Amino acid sequence: MNKFTISGSPHIKSDESTKKIMYGVALAMAPTMLVSIYFFGFQAIRVLVLACIASLFFEWVIQKYLIKGPVTIDDGSALVTAILLAFNLPSNLPSWMIIIGALIAIGMAKMSFGGLGRNIFNPALVARVFLLISFPVQMTSWPKPEGFSIGLSDATTGATPLGIVKEGLGAGKTMSQLKPEIPTYIQDLMGQMGGSMGEVSAIALILGGLYMLWKKIITWHIPVAMLGTVVIFTSILWGIDSEHFADPVFHLLTGGMLLGAIFMATDMVSSPMTHGGQIVFGVGIGILTVLIRVWGAYPEGVSFAILLMNAVVPLINKGFKPKRFGLKPAISKNS
Amino acid sequence: MGILKTFALGGVHPEENKLSANAAIEVLDLPKQAFIPLGQNLGAPSKPLVKRGEEVKTGQLLAEAGGFISTPVHSPVSGKVFKIENILNASGYKQMGIIINVEGDEWMDDIDRSDELSTNLDYSPEEIIEKVKQAGLVGMGGATFPTYVKLMPPPGNTAEYIIINGVECEPYLTSDHRLMLEKGREIVVGTQLLMKALKVDKAIIGIENNKPDAISHMSELVKNTEGVSVQALKVQYPQGGEKQLIKATVNREVPSGKLPIAVGCVVQNVGTAFAVYEAVQKNKPLFERVVTVTGKAVKKPSNFLVRIGTPVQQLIDAAEGLPDDTGKIINGGPMMGKAISSTEVPIVKGSSGILVMKEEESHRKTENACIRCSKCTYVCPMGLEPFLLSRVSRLGKFDIAEDEMIMDCIECGSCQYTCPANIPLLDYLRLGKNKTGAIIRGRGRTA
Repeated sequence: MNKFTISGSPHIKSDESTKKIMYGVALAMAPTMLVSIYFFGFQAIRVLVLACIASLFFEWVIQKYLIKGPVTIDDGSALVTAILLAFNLPSNLPSWMIIIGALIAIGMAKMSFGGLGRNIFNPALVARVFLLISFPVQMTSWPKPEGFSIGLSDATTGATPLGIVKEGLGAGKTMSQLKPEIPTYIQDLMGQMGGSMGEVSAIALILGGLYMLWKKIITWHIPVAMLGTVVIFTSILWGIDSEHFADPVFHLLTGGMLLGAIFMATDMVSSPMTHGGQIVFGVGIGILTVLIRVWGAYPEGVSFAILLMNAVVPLINKGFKPKRFGLKPAISKNS
Repeated sequence: MGILKTFALGGVHPEENKLSANAAIEVLDLPKQAFIPLGQNLGAPSKPLVKRGEEVKTGQLLAEAGGFISTPVHSPVSGKVFKIENILNASGYKQMGIIINVEGDEWMDDIDRSDELSTNLDYSPEEIIEKVKQAGLVGMGGATFPTYVKLMPPPGNTAEYIIINGVECEPYLTSDHRLMLEKGREIVVGTQLLMKALKVDKAIIGIENNKPDAISHMSELVKNTEGVSVQALKVQYPQGGEKQLIKATVNREVPSGKLPIAVGCVVQNVGTAFAVYEAVQKNKPLFERVVTVTGKAVKKPSNFLVRIGTPVQQLIDAAEGLPDDTGKIINGGPMMGKAISSTEVPIVKGSSGILVMKEEESHRKTENACIRCSKCTYVCPMGLEPFLLSRVSRLGKFDIAEDEMIMDCIECGSCQYTCPANIPLLDYLRLGKNKTGAIIRGRGRTA
């Protein structure tokens, strides 16, 4: 008689898989990768390749020799972290700093928490903030995106639009005086602004975001809540005094806002589990970002805001439950 | 056909694979030996009334109800009682059952064997309920809850709607679909009888939109039947779940921990409606049913009219054999059915299909780390958080499981079907439900 397999239902499985999700995210990042290579040339390829090799290497070493468990570097999660890390770096960053960044992202932010799915903070952002604090000069000297260049030598460096505004306003200038110094919105959209590799082109980021929405890798809740909050908050400030506060479109298109909203804050592992929680998470990031950008010491606030909100995700998960069937108010006893 | 409705929360859409949708119902030959388990309903097992060596006729009472939530069992064949002993059931357990050596097919005299449609509705509710009870009817969608209990709402509750479940949301299964196409008129009469029994004037037959022929056929049949309507539904699993079907058809939400009657609804499967027709109009107890035999490797996916107690092997033979690469056999559909260990297991009142799966389809994929993607939460039709419930169940934290409403889980399997990390979420949820349920019951005893 045949021996049949016995297992509990369900007996069929969708074709969803961790790999499919991770490589889907990687594919969604392709337009941004191409734009960064177009503007920053060979240097961008160097940063991307180095970040990927270093991240995969560190994950392999740690899984094989430190944890002595199964090696899962092919699941795509380290690759996604590596590309996100590269997006957060200026293209002229010294190679050894990129390797340190990869070690921090994979070793400290991911593996020391227990590996995939267990990290509290977004690994790429932890690495970015670590590098920003450790090497502030190198992390804030941005090559100007000129167009494809083969040269390995540093291109002309310049400040980011956010940096120009921050410094200008700090020095007592008004927005209308600063206007000629910052790129136009069209330039922001296409990618002609100074910044980290992944921040330069709003259109490429939005394309990636739409792809992930279509593939149901992300939902609209976090990006819309975050960007909506930023628009509302900065509109109020701008409405009060348009000479001393930048307008909402400027805030949306510059710096890490879109990269953060689309690829960083939506990271499955470090964001809340329910739509309600995701909205609170997004609103929190939006408020913190504007607070840091406008009144903080740094011109850019997205990374800090996301990391701060990452820390309260467990709390958000306790307080925001899904809409239960057959229970009118969806409030948890544990909140 | 109105606009397509469906339920609000969660749901998945697995590949439908209705391979046997066009296979007309065939009458299967009688088995040589019939194996009739005495616990074919949810609730207490039945008590045997016959002895070894006794001659029985088809339709004769073999065992009486063993409690309030229990049903009588009738002989599906005529012949001699060979043994009353433990037999293997579909869950893999030994269970008391009656084995009958089949001789001829002599029916009880009071059963009307004609095919003629009888539309006599001249019965009192009590008469209908009594006939349903005596005929041993249970829910034929798989849950096997005694039908007559559902027809007697507890005091203080009144039914407003009968919802006839023609959803058949499980992939592969087509027995309800075929029954609607071939016995539609009888189902409508059965529905009218159910309406009378419950004293309601509204009945809705819910059918998913992947069965357009059944929708148009049934709509045509109910055109002149007052109070009965057909509702086409968007294809979405688990729409055949009582709570989901009520939400989809009448937009009412059964409160947590309550029965459908709390919102004035009673749900019955189309197969049950047909059995009600036969029980009342033809005086025929429930001893045969339509079973789908299907699967990608089955040569002839079919729908058979099968006597209860027929071994599964005989159905598979009739569908032209068990393929060599068979890895798993499921009693029911792929989402909620049970894997069976042997083809000697008999068909029972709740068997809606036999699904034969190939070796390569029958193993689970390697479990990976949870990436907290929330997809299990998005698809849960009850609005639960399967990732959390499975974790607390694994850790034995049943107090948290209870607070997080684990008892509301309907075990539809949508979470596990979806999980990108291949985590056996439902295994852990079942464990948690089991333990939490025991704790809740224990509390009731001491309080």
